[in-house]
Amino acid sequence: MASAPSKLYSDDVSLVVVLLDANPFFWAAGAGGGNHPAATLPFSKFLDHVIPFLNSLLLMNQLNQVVLIATGINTCGYIYDSGNGGPEGSDNVSEISSEILLRLEEFVCKDRKIGKGTERAMGGSVSSLLSGSLSLALCYVQKVFRSGAIHPQPRILCLQASPDGPEQYVAVMNAIFSAQRSMVPIDSCVVGVQHSAFLQQASYITGGIYLKPPQLDGLFQYLAAVFATDLQSRNFLQLPKPAGVDFRASCFCHKKTIDMGYVCSVCLSIFCQHQRKCSTCGSEFNQAPREPNSASDTIRKA
Amino acid sequence: MARGGSGGSGHKGDERTKNEEEDDEEDEENGGRDLEAWERAYADERSWEDLQEDESGLLRPIDTKTIAHAQYRRRLLQRSVHGTSRIQKGLIRYLYVVIDLSRAASETDYHPSRMSVVAKCAGTFIREFFDQNPLSHVGLVTIKDGVSQCLTELGGCPDSQIKALMGKLECSGDASLQNALDLVHGYLSQVPSYGHREVLILYSALNTCDPGDIMETIKHCKKAKIRCSIVGLSAEIYICKHLCEETGGLYSVALDEPHFKELLLEYAPPPPAIAEYAIANLIKMGFPQRGAEGALSICSCHREAKIGGGYTCPRCKARVCELPLECRICGLTLVSSPHLARSYHHLFPVTPFNDVSHTLPIRLQQKFPQNCFGCQQSLISHGSKSNPHVSCPKCSQHFCLDCDIYIHESLHNCPGCESQRQQGT
Repeated sequence: MASAPSKLYSDDVSLVVVLLDANPFFWAAGAGGGNHPAATLPFSKFLDHVIPFLNSLLLMNQLNQVVLIATGINTCGYIYDSGNGGPEGSDNVSEISSEILLRLEEFVCKDRKIGKGTERAMGGSVSSLLSGSLSLALCYVQKVFRSGAIHPQPRILCLQASPDGPEQYVAVMNAIFSAQRSMVPIDSCVVGVQHSAFLQQASYITGGIYLKPPQLDGLFQYLAAVFATDLQSRNFLQLPKPAGVDFRASCFCHKKTIDMGYVCSVCLSIFCQHQRKCSTCGSEFNQAPREPNSASDTIRKA
Repeated sequence: MARGGSGGSGHKGDERTKNEEEDDEEDEENGGRDLEAWERAYADERSWEDLQEDESGLLRPIDTKTIAHAQYRRRLLQRSVHGTSRIQKGLIRYLYVVIDLSRAASETDYHPSRMSVVAKCAGTFIREFFDQNPLSHVGLVTIKDGVSQCLTELGGCPDSQIKALMGKLECSGDASLQNALDLVHGYLSQVPSYGHREVLILYSALNTCDPGDIMETIKHCKKAKIRCSIVGLSAEIYICKHLCEETGGLYSVALDEPHFKELLLEYAPPPPAIAEYAIANLIKMGFPQRGAEGALSICSCHREAKIGGGYTCPRCKARVCELPLECRICGLTLVSSPHLARSYHHLFPVTPFNDVSHTLPIRLQQKFPQNCFGCQQSLISHGSKSNPHVSCPKCSQHFCLDCDIYIHESLHNCPGCESQRQQGT
């Protein structure tokens, strides 16, 4: 009797969920040339680096799986799932590329259609919906965890171009903590103009890698050398370390970063100066600011 | 091991003791347990208890998924019983966990003994507690021999607490609820006024042997605004119920080990705050920067030189190793912004999803999406009939049952709502 087909997953089988930023405002800003990253690397050239990278992930191990999720400005959606191929696998590289390109085009049209009418209201730097695609990625990873005791090791790779949207802070932090609990590292490759504080924190907290490639012409090289490594091999490799993660908070009143401030005990809003009333929850604070030395009535660790 | 011999039974008694000796030898070979070998196989899993019968007496197939989902829905609806309005929650908590190490804790109705089950679940609870309430403090108190002792002081570090607990697992004597409450009352009175004072008692005994009038102690606790909750392991006791009712806590009795763990973990998320109990206050906190790699300094927690890493207190510039922490030198509470962000989901919870009825006619069901929006799992089985699933009331996306549980218990973001541009935030 033939033994039941058992997928023997070795330690280096990975599932990579790639979040691709398709913010049209960012990618179109390079049309005028100049210093903008999208001028050096227009979207088509960007895809020329990313799609071979996805194919090379699939080539490294027969059981590797790649899922592509696109992050738009009005919606997010699944573009490609390599696990959906037939039993022999639609391993034809050109088929995969054309499928991805076709679905991406459909996605961008849908994204634009949903946002019709509100485009004029948006200013210069519009952020993409990172929290949405992170949440989708985490739901997919949970499905993989539920599929049985033997499964590939999942990780999330975020290709981010847009700036951080401050309105997404709470949602992105929720996703980060959930990823930390499920032990799913979040890697970030930032191709945008500035560093992304959200993704720096994400990679630090979840144990992933954060990189802002200095030369976008060689993006494939960075992707293949740094982000294609599976979790098991990362123990032996010298990968980019985080330079300095800024964990300071910003105050709710002026949005400037502070290193000492006041926190409302009810809603945990942060203020830089003592106030009579909390602007978030409306609680009134009766007590005047205490001197630093009068901390004797609080319990101190011995 | 108790011998059956009651003295003057004569021959029969002698024979019995001889048989018992043989049995004892066998049992000792098998690990010294009281069960026969065949009993031990069923001690842990009683698989026949999961079977159900329908009206005609035939066995019903077990659908664990919908059972788990129904349990989760019940818990979620219980929590949001006041409606979807935002309830104020006590986010800064000072909690004492009181563990009963009296004679009753050595009972073996929980495998291997009540005490070890309680200790194990308490360890899990403490980790979960700090995960959900990073700015809070936990202390441990034990009741043993009628006296209660403080095992660890209020602190923010789970590892040292769990280590201290595992080192002190011996039980004897009576349980005294009043002594425990007096001790905890003394400690919690020193806590700052903006913190919520809570006690969680894990009670195995069926009685309490008190030196004085426990009703007076209960009144003191109520006046000091301490919220006492009890999880019982044996049976419901009136004095525990009275204590919880008076102080505004919850009393529950566990049926078995998984139920006990479930009850215990319900105390991890912050409870609804009773308004007068904690005065709103602005707490001065510091947000230290991470030190540069390679910088040499002496850390204030271990009192030894360390290279690199670590955080610098913004007020007194002392180096500390980890956060959250109270600076030993100047007393400033040091946190990082993710610690505060961990509690934000309590303030902005995800609305419960609505069940999508799968008893609608097929014609209407065909308009439903075929895949779960979150994980792309198929929502259709047996041709065109759709599985039971849920949908978000705000964004109208459909999700499978597993994503529903994950979203509400762990992720706290609805993927559908996050994938829409929020207008006018």
